[in-house]
Amino acid sequence: MKTQANTMSDVEVGQKLGELEFPVTASAIVAAALATNDFENVHHDMAAAKATGVPNIFMNILTTNGLVQRYVTDWCGPGGRITAVDIKLGAPNFAGDTMTLSGEVVEASQGQVKIDVKGTNSIGEHVRATVSLELGETS
Amino acid sequence: MTDLLEKAREWVGKAATAPTTARDPVNVPMIRRWCEAMGDTNPIYVDDAAARAAGHPGIVAPPAMLEVWTMAPYRPGGRTAEDSMAVLNLFDDAGYTGVVATNTGQSYDRYLVPGDVVTASVTVDSVSEEKRTGLGIGHFVTLVFEFTDAEDKRVGRMTFRVLKFKPNLSQPEADKGKSDDASGGYSHPRPAITHDNAFFWEGINNRKLLFQSTDGRLRHPPSPMDPVSGSLEFDIVESCGRGTIHSFVVMHQPRLPDFDYPLPVVLVELEEGVRIIANLIDADAEDVSIGQAVEVDFIEVEPDYLLPAFRLN
Repeated sequence: MKTQANTMSDVEVGQKLGELEFPVTASAIVAAALATNDFENVHHDMAAAKATGVPNIFMNILTTNGLVQRYVTDWCGPGGRITAVDIKLGAPNFAGDTMTLSGEVVEASQGQVKIDVKGTNSIGEHVRATVSLELGETS
Repeated sequence: MTDLLEKAREWVGKAATAPTTARDPVNVPMIRRWCEAMGDTNPIYVDDAAARAAGHPGIVAPPAMLEVWTMAPYRPGGRTAEDSMAVLNLFDDAGYTGVVATNTGQSYDRYLVPGDVVTASVTVDSVSEEKRTGLGIGHFVTLVFEFTDAEDKRVGRMTFRVLKFKPNLSQPEADKGKSDDASGGYSHPRPAITHDNAFFWEGINNRKLLFQSTDGRLRHPPSPMDPVSGSLEFDIVESCGRGTIHSFVVMHQPRLPDFDYPLPVVLVELEEGVRIIANLIDADAEDVSIGQAVEVDFIEVEPDYLLPAFRLN
C-alpha cells in the first residue's frame, strides 16, 4: 500500500484524493474482463465490438467498479470498509486510452465517509461514482 | 406503446431468470486474479494476518466482486438460452442487438469470505421508453439483484441498468486520398446517415430517387412520421425523376471547395408531387428559370459517392 491507513481524524470534507492514471490497454481490458468472469465479446473481441458500431473493445462495468473501489481503498488503507457504491458510466474506456481517476471527500461524520470519484479519458467522462465506506475513529 | 415495449414491460416485477448459484465458492485464486487485473494491493484480500489486523475474520473478497461469483460461464459461440434473460432477448429479436451497461449500484451487508456460496436472484425493475443515445436508439432495462449466502441470508444487493440499442448505421467515409493531397484539397461534404434517411441514400447509391409514402402521400426529406396520420409506417416509392423547377437560387458565395460557381441550386417539383433540392448541372446560371423541365441524374462526385443532381430537359 502506498498510503497510510486513514482514520476519521485524517479525513475532512473537501479533501482531495491523489489522482490515479490507469492505462486502458487491450491487455488490461481483457485481463480484467476475464477476472470478473465477464465473457461478453465486446470486452475481448475487436471484430465483435465493431459489429455493434463502436471502434474498439472497451472496459466492462465490473472493472470500472473494481478500479473505483481500488482507488478509494488505496487512499483509505486496509482499515476502510466499503458499504455501498453507485456508478454511472459515460464515455467508454476504449483500448488505447488512459483513464485518470480523481476523488473528493463529500461526507465524513461518525465513522461514515462518502467519496465522489470521477474517471476521465480522452473522449470525456467515463465514470462518476459515489463510494460509501466506514472508517475507524482511531487506528 | 409499441408491442415491443408492452411485451418487455410485462416482465417488470418478475424474475428475469431462475436464481443462479455460483459454480465455485468464494476462493482465493479468483480473488488474486481479480486483484492483479485491478492493480489492487489491499492486503486484506490475500493476507490472512493483514485481514485479521483490519478486524476481519480472515481473508475477505473485494466487495466489488459481489456479482463476479455468479456470472454466466464462458461458452464458445456465446450465451445459451439459459444464460440470457428473456426480457433482453426481446430487444435482440427486434434489432436492438447492442448492449452496454450504464449504471450500477451495489450495497454490501457483509464482506464475503472464502467458502461462501453466493446465489443471485434477479428481478426486472423497469424498462424505459425508447431513447436516442450516442450509441443509437434503444431502451434502458433496470435489473435488481439480491445476493444471498448458503444460509439464505442477504449479503448484498445490486441495481444494474443496461442500454439495449440498435447500433448506429455505418457512415460513409470521406475520400481519404483526396484529403491527404498535398494541395490541401477538401472532401465533398457527406450526408449524416440516420435510421430515417438510410433508404434514401441507399437508393441514390443504386441511382434511384426514393421517397416515403403513407396512404399515397409522399414526403421528403425523410422523416419518422407521416404528418397527417401520425403513422410511423411507410412504403417506399421510386420517382420517375422528371419535374419542373419550382424555385431556385444561384450560389456565388461562400465558395465551398469541390463545387463549381456560380452554382444553380434548384427546388424541383417532381411529377409525383414531392419536392427536392439539388444542384443543377451542365447549365449556365443565366439560363435557369422557374417552370423549366428538368430530369434527375446521379453524379459520382467522388469514387463510390453519388449525389442526385438535375439537368435541363
